[in-house]
Amino acid sequence: MAQIFPPWANRLPVLTLLAAAVLGLSAVSFVWYYFSPWYTDVGYRPTQPVFYSHLLHADSLGIDCRYCHSDVETSPTANIPPVQTCMNCHKIIKADSERLQPVVQSYVTKTPLKWVRVHKLPDFVYFDHSIHLRAGVGCAGCHGRVNEMLVVSQAKPLSMSWCLDCHRHPDDHLRPPDQITNMDWEPAADQVEFAAKQKHELGIEPTVDCSGCHR
Amino acid sequence: MPRLTDIRPPVIPGLLLLAVIVPLLGGCARESPSEKPPIHVVPDMDHQPKYKAQAESDFFADASAMRLPVKGTVPRGYLRADDAFYRGRDETEAYVTANPLPPTAEVLHRGEERFNIYCSPCHGKGGRGDGTVVARGFTQPPDFVSDSLRQMPVGQMFEAVTNGVRNMPSYRHQLRPEDRWAIIAYLRQLQGMTEPGDTLE
Ligand code: HEC
Ligand code: HEC
Ligand code: HEC
Ligand code: HEC
Ligand code: HEC
Ligand code: HEC
Repeated sequence: MAQIFPPWANRLPVLTLLAAAVLGLSAVSFVWYYFSPWYTDVGYRPTQPVFYSHLLHADSLGIDCRYCHSDVETSPTANIPPVQTCMNCHKIIKADSERLQPVVQSYVTKTPLKWVRVHKLPDFVYFDHSIHLRAGVGCAGCHGRVNEMLVVSQAKPLSMSWCLDCHRHPDDHLRPPDQITNMDWEPAADQVEFAAKQKHELGIEPTVDCSGCHR
Repeated sequence: MPRLTDIRPPVIPGLLLLAVIVPLLGGCARESPSEKPPIHVVPDMDHQPKYKAQAESDFFADASAMRLPVKGTVPRGYLRADDAFYRGRDETEAYVTANPLPPTAEVLHRGEERFNIYCSPCHGKGGRGDGTVVARGFTQPPDFVSDSLRQMPVGQMFEAVTNGVRNMPSYRHQLRPEDRWAIIAYLRQLQGMTEPGDTLE
């Protein structure tokens, strides 16, 4: 009787196992890499209805973030400014510029200007700006160098592990509360002692309980 | 002499190499800017039927999910009956001349911070009317250290900040009354009119 299986068939079980391992590994790394918010979310930069530039307003003109995002220290949300805030200056400056027409139209006709949202946490997460700012966590740590952005793009993944990394070890991210909007702030050499002091004085205890963020 | 059919491609090392190279190549795609909305593979309960702040509503005619109080009603704590504090005027409708907030170190510090945020783009950090926006063509504001502004009653300053005056915009919606008074306390210090003794707590 002739052999049914050729000799190389002896190696089949090993080969199959190896192939399964390699395929499994690539599947895991594929999901790990391409499904993570670092890949899906970071860099999101929608086209806005007005070509509004943080680079010009926040950097060249040196306007503080809170001039426009004026509720950020007292409320959970950092408000997107109403067009009235823009018109503080633009009633006079470049009032008939082509680029500003959507703002002027919105102001005159009292219809909202529809900015496209950039940062968006899932609805089952509770986030609060005011508590972070009171603890001395700067805008730049969570939003990147917004003052250098022509169009705002998402700089951090806003994933749960990203939140927790900081909540477990906040020391490197703390700064004096009057420096929160300073985009150029760098930790000094004595950051460790400074952070320990600030944590003690302000009673900073970032939550790692599920119910802190999923309430 | 090996024949051509003996040479087989190294399948397994090849697969392993691919498994390493594909993510590495993808490394260039990570964090790259994109105009397309992010795709969430497992959207779960990302979008719940509830309104968040500043969301758009398809129910109300003005498309705003955040509603104003009904006309003629006053929310608790917003009665604002104290004319001196909320309008800068006394019973005779004259401007008040004394700041309702005593100029403690804390108030002055708060005032300085708020001034640098909200007023300095036009009035300049030192209040001399040389802000960055003025350099780009905004009407030149007056110098705070001039005599006419030193003689201006604090109530009139408060009214200017609250309601705006001529080319000066209103800051009613960006600043709470306490902060407006704190800024004015700081202005008095800039003008050199706060007695040094006043700042001691
Ligand atoms: C002159 C007003 C103004 C100033 C000053 C300003 N912003 Fe903004 N900001 C806006 C407007 C308008 C938008 C909405 C349009 C957009 O996303 O570009 C916005 C959007 C943003 C967003 C994205 C919001 C979203 O949709 O997720 C972030 C983050 C932000 N600003 C941070 C900052 C920071 C940090 C500073 C200080 C360096 C700052 N802004 C200063 C007006 C301002
Ligand atoms: C504190 C004053 C100030 C505020 C507030 C402000 N801007 Fe501006 N904006 C300026 C100045 C100054 C320029 C630059 C003019 C120039 O190029 O000389 C400018 C330029 C612009 C331009 C470019 C116009 C052009 O034709 O090049 C746009 C668009 C614009 N602003 C949008 C906005 C929007 C939207 C807001 C509200 C979120 C806003 N600005 C709030 C001062 C301001
Ligand atoms: C601890 C991290 C953190 C800090 C610090 C922080 N932000 Fe945010 N910011 C976020 C997150 C997370 C969101 C998304 C919130 C959501 O989707 O509900 C957000 C959203 C925003 C938005 C969009 C509107 C909103 O609230 O959803 C603006 C504008 C903004 N931030 C501005 C600022 C400014 C200005 C500062 C500094 C004064 C600042 N942020 C500091 C994490 C931070
Ligand atoms: C860069 C550091 C940092 C990041 C990133 C950060 N946090 Fe925090 N968070 C803090 C600190 C510090 C506190 C503590 C404040 C205190 O105790 O005074 C805090 C407090 C909080 C609280 C209040 C908890 C309580 O005690 O009630 C919530 C809620 C919260 N963070 C949610 C989040 C969420 C959600 C994210 C991610 C989207 C996030 N944080 C990202 C630093 C951070
Ligand atoms: C510091 C804030 C914070 C804390 C504490 C926290 N979470 Fe989360 N969690 C988040 C954020 C932010 C997300 C959204 C992540 C995203 O969109 O990728 C999330 C998402 C989730 C999800 C959904 C994941 C998905 O992909 O749909 C689950 C489940 C979850 N958290 C469970 C927990 C549990 C269990 C705990 C307690 C051990 C906990 N979380 C504590 C911030 C937090
Ligand atoms: C957008 C630019 C701008 C900003 C920001 C601004 N001002 Fe003015 N301010 C002006 C101009 C212009 C005048 C001169 C008004 C005129 O005579 O047309 C003025 C005048 C004044 C006056 C004198 C009013 C009078 O009756 O003569 C006071 C007081 C004043 N500003 C206070 C403030 C304070 C306090 C702030 C911060 C909360 C502030 N301003 C922010 C532009 C500005």
